[in-house]
Amino acid sequence: MNLQFIADGLISGSLIGLGAIGVTLTYSILRFSNFAHGDLMAWGAYAALTVLGAISALLGTVAPIGMLSFGWPLVVAALVAMALVGGMALLLDWVLFARLRAKGQSIIVVMASFGASMALRSLLEFSFTSKPEYFSRAIQMALPVGFGIRVTPDQVAMLLVTLVLVTSMHLFMSRSQTGREMRAYSQNPALARVVGIDVARIVRATWLIGGALACAAGIMVGVLVQIRPLMGLDMLLPMFAAAILGGIGSIPGAVLAGLIIGLSEAAAVQLIGAEWRAGAAFVILMAVLLIRPAGLFGVSER
Amino acid sequence: MIDLLGYAAFFLSTALILGIITLGLNLQWGLTGLFNVGIAGFVAIGAYTSAILTTPEAADRVGGFGWPILAGWVAAMAITGLAAGLTGFATLRLKSDYLAITTFGVAVVVQLVTLNAQGLTGGPFGVAFIPRPFASLAETPVAFNFANLAVVAAVTLVVYLALEHLSRSPWGRVLRALREDERAAISLGKSAKSYRIQAFAIGGAVMGLAGAVQAHFIGFIAPNNYLPTLTFQIWAMLMVGGAGSNRGALLGTIVVWAIWVGAGAFSSALAPTDWQARTAALQIVAIGVMLCVILLVRPNGFFGGRRRK
Repeated sequence: MNLQFIADGLISGSLIGLGAIGVTLTYSILRFSNFAHGDLMAWGAYAALTVLGAISALLGTVAPIGMLSFGWPLVVAALVAMALVGGMALLLDWVLFARLRAKGQSIIVVMASFGASMALRSLLEFSFTSKPEYFSRAIQMALPVGFGIRVTPDQVAMLLVTLVLVTSMHLFMSRSQTGREMRAYSQNPALARVVGIDVARIVRATWLIGGALACAAGIMVGVLVQIRPLMGLDMLLPMFAAAILGGIGSIPGAVLAGLIIGLSEAAAVQLIGAEWRAGAAFVILMAVLLIRPAGLFGVSER
Repeated sequence: MIDLLGYAAFFLSTALILGIITLGLNLQWGLTGLFNVGIAGFVAIGAYTSAILTTPEAADRVGGFGWPILAGWVAAMAITGLAAGLTGFATLRLKSDYLAITTFGVAVVVQLVTLNAQGLTGGPFGVAFIPRPFASLAETPVAFNFANLAVVAAVTLVVYLALEHLSRSPWGRVLRALREDERAAISLGKSAKSYRIQAFAIGGAVMGLAGAVQAHFIGFIAPNNYLPTLTFQIWAMLMVGGAGSNRGALLGTIVVWAIWVGAGAFSSALAPTDWQARTAALQIVAIGVMLCVILLVRPNGFFGGRRRK
């Protein structure tokens, strides 16, 4: 049996997990499932592409780093794009979500995120057309790493970046003051207000972090696969499934569940056929909802 | 002039079919407060059920049942209602967001099945030769269009009256009570979960019926008819019309569909060919922004009448 699917599954799973962190944070702190999260990913990828285009127009082509397909301009573009998408998430909240949250019906906010998602995605299609784009068209050789598995240098780099991002997220949530306040607010909003936690600041932090991580995941999908306006929509179901499987609010849970879903998708490709890949996330989602709705690390709602 | 009349009949038939879907959503959302983001999936289930059961034999997929059209419609309602009921059963004891996420998943999976299960659905090429009511009139397009309009209008009227009756019945009162004050309704001995599953299943069945009627109206279906854009249009129609009112749902549908078709004709007349795809995208942006603006400034829509607090 070819073990390649394990490597593929881990790589796509880590991207799903990275996106799912944003979904789970939004859900546990702002109390709604954000259907526009996938589109933040797609916007991130296109923002990085635009910045990258500007850099290479100014400075000409820059040699790639080592064996990777990209050079430092992409790293700079990624950082700029993360800031932009974080800002965009804040703007969306200010224009739309915050006003609806104030009315108190959380399902209306979900609907607004659905409308915003459709508008954001179509705006990308309008500006960039639905033709796929790439950060680099260079072909990368996959190197054997044993057990019949081959990986490209880009894939290894993205896996490392994900590891760094997830670890720093975990440290941020468990060690920093803001992170602790965010967790406190998600567990008991009323009590958090009583002890003087600045809720507006928590909300801003949530959008900034969620947007920036979505952007990072979008750029990585762009590096490893391609950039399309629909890329975020295609990731939405796996990300929701990962957030629920991991237990709403749990960051390690989201990442682990992302890996599980990535592996199951890869297994579905290997065993059933590539066209059924997207079904894996749905099967897992239904199984979790029927068997253990609280997820792996979640606490059941009272 | 005759052409114009024929077109008017065609436009109205299309709008009324969408109106039936919106009526189904109004039962789920307007009356019961259940969020369905997989409308396109449920419509597709109905369309494919009826199409597979009524078409003549085809070489590359199951078929050749040759059922009468009406039997196909009834089966479409039954299967779609069952699918919606199962979705509700799995999620309605949980938080409302889980239903939304699951219906989204249902639409994704239905899209997968219609595209890939070629032996059942014909794959990307879809199902053709779906029998059309009054096919014998097809020689004279105007008569054919009006005959179809009469069929669609009759179905719409029946669905409308049935839903109006349901929403005034004791059953509908329980749904409204659950939406307004769940605890009070439960304390009167009404099972929230069971009523919600029923409402979701019936709403789904109505969507499935609309899908089937549409399939037989056009005579051909393909996976591309059931993209998320459809879900989104239906939501815009219900929100413009005013959630909670069946009359509003129908009026909202006709208004939004007229805007949509008008904007489409306008842009295809003015925009150069290579910009067509882009202006189509811009149309969706406009509807998305409109949906958000309505949610912000006029959450009760325009035609629904005032809902008492």
